[in-house]
Amino acid sequence: MSDIGTAGAPRPQQDLRTPLARARGLGSGKSGTGHWWWQRLTAIALVLLVPWLIGVLVSLVGADIDSARATIARPWNAIPLAAFVIAAFWHAKLGVQVVIEDYVHTRWVEVTLQVLVTLACVVAALACLFALGHIAMTVASFNH
Amino acid sequence: MATRERPLSPHLQVYRWQITMTMSILHRASGVILTVGAFAFAWWLMALAEGGDSYARAAACLASPFGKLLLFGFSLSLVYHLLNGIRHLLWDAGWGYEIPEIYRSGWVVSVLTVALTAAIWFAAMGGGA
Repeated sequence: MSDIGTAGAPRPQQDLRTPLARARGLGSGKSGTGHWWWQRLTAIALVLLVPWLIGVLVSLVGADIDSARATIARPWNAIPLAAFVIAAFWHAKLGVQVVIEDYVHTRWVEVTLQVLVTLACVVAALACLFALGHIAMTVASFNH
Repeated sequence: MATRERPLSPHLQVYRWQITMTMSILHRASGVILTVGAFAFAWWLMALAEGGDSYARAAACLASPFGKLLLFGFSLSLVYHLLNGIRHLLWDAGWGYEIPEIYRSGWVVSVLTVALTAAIWFAAMGGGA
């Protein structure tokens, strides 16, 4: 037969449904590149932020709590840290979403996991932002 | 549903090993590890904000042998995912997409991952304390 390789386009006489009926339930046709695009944007932000963060964290090894808090409270540490937290949990959510989509084939388990991962990432990011704000507001001086 | 013997598509084990397959699955594995690491980072930051006993407990956890092992795993995953992520971004920009280039960049990322992780721990252990 000549229809080898046309699995996605059934011949009209085999499928009596309208094009609309065939398209329904397959998802939006307008947000398809959104996931890919945000994964790259957050990745670029993290390429810039992660080397800086590693430097800050290494400098905190062996530091006591007061100097650790003073370091993090400095505006030019606190602001990039807040940006890192948002980018990191967003990027993590997008990545884990794909892992779940690929490996979890029981629909209700998949949806439940997606919801839990999203909520956990949002809560953790908010906790980090709260902690950063709290540290920044309670350290007496930025000059250390 | 009747289970019939049906032909399967060739699975992983029929292919000769190549660096690309290992790099690909390690990128995913390190990403999942780093998600756990991000939650650990949130826990540490909350302890730092709370101060007192919370921070003392967190610091003791991280300084324990198991804590150090976790930190080493997170740092290795972070360096690998960062470098291999840059490799992915360069591919997205259309750069380095010939097969020999893909193999070469894979080895470059592997070597740099080991070297940079070692450098970080050298700085953390020797330079810090």
